[in-house]
Amino acid sequence: MSNEWQPRIVAFFCNWCTYTAADLAGVSRLKYASNTRVIRLMCSGRVDPQFILDALAKGADAVLIGGCHPFDCHYAEGNYKCLRRFQLLKRMLMDMGIEAGRLRLEWISAAEGEKVKRVINELTETVRQLGPLGIPQQFAEWDKEMEQFAAHVEAGEALKTPCAEHAPTQEPAHV
Amino acid sequence: MSKPKVAFYWCASCGGCEETVVDLAEDILGVVEKVDIVLWPVAMDFKYKDIEAMPDKSITATFLNGAIRSTEQEEMARMLRRKSVFLIAYGACAHTGGIPALANQFPREQILKFNYEDAPTLVPGEKTRPQLSCTEDGRTVTLPQLHNVVRALDQVVDVDYYVPGCPPTPKITRAAVDALLSGNLPPKGTVIGPDHALCEECERKDTKPDKWDFVEFKRPHQKLMDEKCFLAQGVVCMGPATRAGCEAACTSGGMPCTGCFGGTSRVRDQGAKILSSICSNLAAKEEDEIDKTLAGIPDPVGTFYRYGLAKSILRRKLNLPSNP
Repeated sequence: MSNEWQPRIVAFFCNWCTYTAADLAGVSRLKYASNTRVIRLMCSGRVDPQFILDALAKGADAVLIGGCHPFDCHYAEGNYKCLRRFQLLKRMLMDMGIEAGRLRLEWISAAEGEKVKRVINELTETVRQLGPLGIPQQFAEWDKEMEQFAAHVEAGEALKTPCAEHAPTQEPAHV
Repeated sequence: MSKPKVAFYWCASCGGCEETVVDLAEDILGVVEKVDIVLWPVAMDFKYKDIEAMPDKSITATFLNGAIRSTEQEEMARMLRRKSVFLIAYGACAHTGGIPALANQFPREQILKFNYEDAPTLVPGEKTRPQLSCTEDGRTVTLPQLHNVVRALDQVVDVDYYVPGCPPTPKITRAAVDALLSGNLPPKGTVIGPDHALCEECERKDTKPDKWDFVEFKRPHQKLMDEKCFLAQGVVCMGPATRAGCEAACTSGGMPCTGCFGGTSRVRDQGAKILSSICSNLAAKEEDEIDKTLAGIPDPVGTFYRYGLAKSILRRKLNLPSNP
């Protein structure tokens, strides 16, 4: 195994269509990129936006949702609910600085093993182009400003002297 | 036996939480009788060094309001944590980041540049920025530095209890104070207040339909006079994803809920939850129609995370510099 960065994709597949299609891709011995971790849910309507945010925040580079085609949902309405949430969530993720390409929704029926292969390969390539999302690393980076200051405070110096970062200077402070 | 010591402190906040303490009205006299207030910058004159000189854990309870946004606030939060047996995050800003946490969508430099250079209310051309340190007549004075990230209190120090709300209501405040004074304490980490959605106590609840079937979203002022459930009228209301406890103050006053109490204990991300709830109830089934309806929510981050961006799963806009 090389240490080169590999895209890490979390996929939420519905039990009735897309997961079955992924099974079909498997028994058909289709080869596709191994970067996707599939989580089976009963319906794409069960994909809580919290799951998607959580996956990204815990280190996924992209999230793929697979559900039944319109008019084909086992629960009649689930895929529409998923589509509506997806539309706004994607816009919101862009507002939060996350590229639209990192969230993808595809309708894949139980017969479309080939489509599973194509979509996963495409998304893997997209994410490879985008590079790592790295939210856990970003969280650690943000909190460095606090760790440094905390160490300074714990040393009991804060009330007496400004810490090195805030040492007296004639430079404008906030530039 | 000496009276328990209590401190009130404020960080990045507007002062509304302090107002709620005062809003306890005559009840505050009962509280003052039972406790010694050792720190309350808004109302009384105490010096930080007096607090610093107190032994650790000598304050029974500190009510801290406001988000943590500067080095000074962080330092005070750490000191008060050390000195207090119970640290209570008081109000939406300390609880979930509050309005100040909306700054987590912008780089620090942009905020400072606008506020000290570009805002139309400033004297043009002066561009005076606050200095961290300044020496005049041989004396050096310093100012705290703004952090890049706005944080809720529990993202900086350990927190024992949360009193939600922007501001918390006197009733919730009284419940928290009574619990502390009686020693009848809930488990650590409890948010003081009921653990169900606001809709439960909303007087418009009876007009909440099973399905909303949104075809368009309206601004509150277009629907202020109607007594029906706001969501049934197409006005974005955070009620379904927000903790009860305010006695539906906004919805009974003719405004939709904006979510200041945060989610219930089952909600990890309030914004994602209301997004989920509202979107799944759209009438449209085609992408174009869906987008057309959703165009009525131009700012999902500001609407759904109005008080909770710091404690949301993503916390802050991702592509911002952490050290400009």
